Amino acid sequence: MSSMKVHVDPDKCQGHNRCKVLAPELFELDGYGNAKEIGHGSVPPGLEEKAELARANCPEWAIGIVEE
Amino acid sequence: MTRSTTNGQRPPVGDWATDWDHLDPRWRNDPYPIWDELRSTCPIAHTRRFMGAYLPTRYEDVRAIAYDTERFSSRRVIVRDYRLDPPPSTPPITADPPEHKALKQILLPLFVPGEIAKIEPQTRRLCNELIDKFMSEGRCDAAQQYSRNVPVRVIATMLGVPKDDGDLFIRWIHEILEVGIKNEEIMRDGMDAMNRYLAAEIEKRKDAPRDDLITKVVSGKINGERLTDELALGMLRLLLAAGIDTTWSAIGAALWHLARVPQDAKRLVAEPDLMSTAIEEFLRAYAPVTMAREVVKCAEINGHPIEAGNMVLLAFPAANRDPAMFPDADRVIIDRKENRHAAFSLGIHRCIGSNLARMELTVAVQEWLKRIPDFCLDPARPVTWSEGTVRGPRSVPILFGKAAC
Repeated sequence: MSSMKVHVDPDKCQGHNRCKVLAPELFELDGYGNAKEIGHGSVPPGLEEKAELARANCPEWAIGIVEE
Repeated sequence: MTRSTTNGQRPPVGDWATDWDHLDPRWRNDPYPIWDELRSTCPIAHTRRFMGAYLPTRYEDVRAIAYDTERFSSRRVIVRDYRLDPPPSTPPITADPPEHKALKQILLPLFVPGEIAKIEPQTRRLCNELIDKFMSEGRCDAAQQYSRNVPVRVIATMLGVPKDDGDLFIRWIHEILEVGIKNEEIMRDGMDAMNRYLAAEIEKRKDAPRDDLITKVVSGKINGERLTDELALGMLRLLLAAGIDTTWSAIGAALWHLARVPQDAKRLVAEPDLMSTAIEEFLRAYAPVTMAREVVKCAEINGHPIEAGNMVLLAFPAANRDPAMFPDADRVIIDRKENRHAAFSLGIHRCIGSNLARMELTVAVQEWLKRIPDFCLDPARPVTWSEGTVRGPRSVPILFGKAAC
């Protein structure tokens, strides 16, 4: 079974907060409002669509998804 | 020092590719066909007006310029008929790297989603109080009686100044960012009045700190050092000026859209979960804010030479209508799934208040639809638009209830 992982590139993220709104299970914010993936970025089964949505709505193209 | 005297005597634009002017009435009334035409014929237009300025209309080019802080400086962020030296400073929006980051980090924690959530209930109450005032009349001006009053009162409360001073703030912003683009004297009058007001508020906080944004900015530190009064004043100018006519325009444009497209209003009432994508789509399609850059080193964008000394109008609203980036760019699709719009800018100058603006816009549309689900434009009265840096409706005459069409 393949698994999905999300990753926020901290050099690209500017804190638009779209990922946290669209997939709060997968992303968290620091004290400046910049995003990072929760834990190691593993996407639990059933949340793949939310991960895709977060990626597709990041204005800075800061979110990457890898399938392992 | 140059004194501008062009007020009211602007020659009409003949060729938008070589002589564009965002103060032309055609741009004010409907800029979208102008941008569409330029995007396909001359994607980086130029004008000798404003002492020389470029206008990119493709998303890709707007993005490239926003990211290139080395050649495109934020020391000037408004395209005016004249250039002030030194330009008015409202950091961090007027700061470049490396100074920019530390300045922005003073403000960012004050506008994170958790902080904004705290003021949502009072924003909802405010919206309802505004609606109470015209509810029995069956008609209102959604721009003047509703949208205009939401952001100005919210930011006044956050700053810790009287809500009733909002009319003053709106006048100064009109003078600095709208009329002041072509009239230096009016711009200076507005700026001086705003400076006197904020300087007095800063002094009050020095003696007696309060739990408000002015106190937090005044006590802000970089590397353990307190901000100078000049820096604190500049940052407060930004906080006062940036969140008023911008969000007013966004709320007004959303209600203007829903009045003209009642099926979207009905759908939002029936499917409230669509509100989030609808708000993003309104921000994309009716983005109110353009910013500018000064070209400080010659550059090339998509093969087009860009000469130093010119300004660049970063028309985020034009980028948001680029069909190469957004399928059906001219259609407003309230359940659009993929929407990387640039309404809040791109790169390091992402709008600090974007979480606040989104909250205000969402709450204002939600509370309106709860109270006034059926409404339409009043065909007897015109919709009017602001001019210049921020574009949004300044009059949206609405009929509702028994008076509705």
